[in-house]
Amino acid sequence: MTNVQTSDPLDQWVENKEYQWGWTTDIESDTFPPGLNEDVVKAISAKKNEPDWLLQWRLEAYRHWLTMEEPNWANLNIAPIDFQAISYFSAPKSDADRPKSLDEVDPKLLEMYEKLGIPLEERAVLAGVAVDAVIDSVSVVTTFKEELGKVGVIFCSFSDAVQEHPELIKKWLGTVVPPNDNYFAALNSAVFTDGSFVYIPKGVTCPMELSTYFRINAIATGQFERTLIIAEDDSYVSYLEGCTAPMRDENQLHAAVVEITTMENATVKYSTIQNWYPGDENGVGGIFNFVTKRGKCIGDRSRISWTQVETGSAITWKYPSCVLEGDDSIGEFYSVALTNMHQQADTGTKMVHIGKNTKSYIISKGISAGVGQNTYRGLVKVLPQAINSRNFTQCDSMLMGDRCGAHTFPYIEVGNSSSHVEHEATTSKIGEDQIFYCNQRGISTEDAVSLIINGFCKEVFAELPMEFAVEAKKLLEVSLEGSVG
Amino acid sequence: MTTQALVESTSLLDAFDTLDAASPIHTLRAQAFETFQANGFPTLRDEQWRYTNVKPIAKGRFSLANPDAGQVDAERLREHLLHETPCHQLVFINGKFDESSSDLGELNSGVRLETLASVIANDFASIIEILDSTTDIHREAFTALNSSFMADGVFLHVPRGVELDKPVHVVFITVPGGEPIMTHPRVLVVAEESSKATIVETYATVGEGVYFTNTVTEIIAANNATIDHYKIERESDEAFHISSLNVTQGRDTNVTSHNFTLGGKLVRNHLNCFLKDEGCNSTFNGLVMAHDKQHVDNYLRIDHLMPNCNSWEYYKTILDDHAKSIFTGRIYVAQDAQKTDAKQTSANLLLSDTAHVTTKPQLEIFADDVKCTHGATIGQLEEEQMFYLQARGIDAASARSLLIYAFANETISEVKVKEIRDTLEAVLLDRLPQGHQLQGGL
Repeated sequence: MTNVQTSDPLDQWVENKEYQWGWTTDIESDTFPPGLNEDVVKAISAKKNEPDWLLQWRLEAYRHWLTMEEPNWANLNIAPIDFQAISYFSAPKSDADRPKSLDEVDPKLLEMYEKLGIPLEERAVLAGVAVDAVIDSVSVVTTFKEELGKVGVIFCSFSDAVQEHPELIKKWLGTVVPPNDNYFAALNSAVFTDGSFVYIPKGVTCPMELSTYFRINAIATGQFERTLIIAEDDSYVSYLEGCTAPMRDENQLHAAVVEITTMENATVKYSTIQNWYPGDENGVGGIFNFVTKRGKCIGDRSRISWTQVETGSAITWKYPSCVLEGDDSIGEFYSVALTNMHQQADTGTKMVHIGKNTKSYIISKGISAGVGQNTYRGLVKVLPQAINSRNFTQCDSMLMGDRCGAHTFPYIEVGNSSSHVEHEATTSKIGEDQIFYCNQRGISTEDAVSLIINGFCKEVFAELPMEFAVEAKKLLEVSLEGSVG
Repeated sequence: MTTQALVESTSLLDAFDTLDAASPIHTLRAQAFETFQANGFPTLRDEQWRYTNVKPIAKGRFSLANPDAGQVDAERLREHLLHETPCHQLVFINGKFDESSSDLGELNSGVRLETLASVIANDFASIIEILDSTTDIHREAFTALNSSFMADGVFLHVPRGVELDKPVHVVFITVPGGEPIMTHPRVLVVAEESSKATIVETYATVGEGVYFTNTVTEIIAANNATIDHYKIERESDEAFHISSLNVTQGRDTNVTSHNFTLGGKLVRNHLNCFLKDEGCNSTFNGLVMAHDKQHVDNYLRIDHLMPNCNSWEYYKTILDDHAKSIFTGRIYVAQDAQKTDAKQTSANLLLSDTAHVTTKPQLEIFADDVKCTHGATIGQLEEEQMFYLQARGIDAASARSLLIYAFANETISEVKVKEIRDTLEAVLLDRLPQGHQLQGGL
């Protein structure tokens, strides 16, 4: 943010327009002092009233993390992160007497939802969405729990799941992303504070789309979310995740882990809209987003589909992956990644084909503007036993402005002769003739750009649930404002 | 330098000590060797070498090949020479120029085609500047190693406006003995303004035994020059072959490289191309035919540094048995390189379930007004095509051979020297079941 003081309210409004969700709600937070050591890990565990095995699991992850080095292979320019300067726990104060219903919810929180555009009651009733809203690491409200409970679906915060379904957590935690998987996954395993847990029993099609809104709120608090989704045989669930964050000046670290397991014939659809604060026009501030997302299709004919729209964060480091173990299983990845101003993104997917007749489909659209750097990094690995596997990859990049960069680093490894792998990529400038065509017909350049971008991303938006698709379009428009013309 | 690397380089140190320290090139060799020692051999931890382990080379205890190889099987040597095509033919045996089997022929006025050994001995001043200006290629460990042992090779200088009448054919033959040996040939091509030349390099062996060829070619093309470069690698299945082709292009130059990898146990081809001025055209064709336990790694990097340049990469791979192939193509487009048109294709054909292919077609783009595409395909022969041929009475084995032939021939047909094209076709058909039958029918 600029510090220029102007008396003209209109000017001020324009100045602040860049990040329209940029505000901080003043909620009393119960926050740990900054720093990380075994005591902090123990304190987090104690705070969450966790069983001993989970504490040991965390400590093991923490000890392993100490032996690891921060990765630097990504095509990113990351300022050194001081892990001791981060506070690892922050919860809204009213932890002891958590609200039982919406009426009991802190009105300030409700106000915050209003600003976010999630009028809980309304949305819950009209859209049929159950919202497990996570504000600064502790779930405050969970709706429709009972309704979901009728069909046996478990959808709750991670901490609740630890208390209520410890056997499930113990069985599945870390099976897809082991605690020593990578640097940030290890850190997350040690200090994760909350997240979501979803369990869909055998034969159940989840009656509504599940949705969580994450929000980083307290100053300099790392957000370490842990999401675990288990879909039993013949089940289906669509899970939505959307994020916005308030404007602030120092970098915030976000290292989430998402684990998905699908059994026979199960389908999990995971959609993300990420719109965290990207930093200002000089590259100051913004969120560091280092996420490990992985799904494992362990059952035959199961399917995991990732859809993501990444417009925010100063740095995005994220590779939602699918391990296709079951025969005939399918992995999908649809992504729109936008980098503007000083944003950097190194994102893509990994598709590991292990079972026979497995298929994967990758559509990645990268848009670079300003001095943004956008990298697609993807792995398609077909093991020798994965006969008759199929992959199709398309990654297109669009460049807007002559200071930005678009990079593509695919890795394709194929170990048998019956599989077919195709990869296509293009990089081009936003079409001047297309803009001209629109201009001729009285469409302003800005609207034309928005039209072209939407067309460019159509294949990905088509995969998003309705209201997310609308939001995604708006997000791109807002994010690209002023970058062309 | 780690102790491990030290141990590995002791045999190299011994070999380095045998070099003539009084040679004018020795200062440069010593510098290069220092650079090499400082970095050591690449390991799997280096991103560029992730899929190719050069430990067998590092531990190979190679000594410098004895230039006096003794009697060379003339019949087998003849196989690798050009006979019908008029050309300037230079034959090197174990890294040393072999006058008896070479035929330099008459040269156009002003053209210099000499052995590197004679240039170093008699007229070192004329190449020192060129070698000095390209020392940054020593960042690549094997190039530094080549420079450390640089002794012979070819120096071709085509003056302004001259079109070389005949292709230059350079043949590097290794005659392995009991002990593992190595050669480090160097080819230096300087094409002045508006000149034109065709260079063919052939790598082969006569005899049995373990050996290591580490070759470096440098092409410096001045404004409006045209260079056609062919590299035909037909080493034995005991050979380690590392090659590096460094191309620097000036304004409006046309450089075409054809790279055929047919032999070798472990092969790595490096190609670095710098498009340093506007209007460059570069074409890079490649064909890998590997079988048994061959390991072939092609690494290409094209640097688009200036506007209005075009580059095309077209690499094809056919793998059978337990063969492994890696393709890395990196197109780098600098911020100033607007209006770049770059195309990259990696097509891979897997004929067996135990073959393995890795392909990394990469784009790194910092300019906005560009057209860059890459594509990669990996698969087997199309069933419909097989069916089509079989429905017309062609047996499965022949149909398969025909389709493989068609796949490879797309690259081979680009070769402009007929005799080389014929040789490559013969090698290809030789490897295909029923291949000779095909030859008759074609």
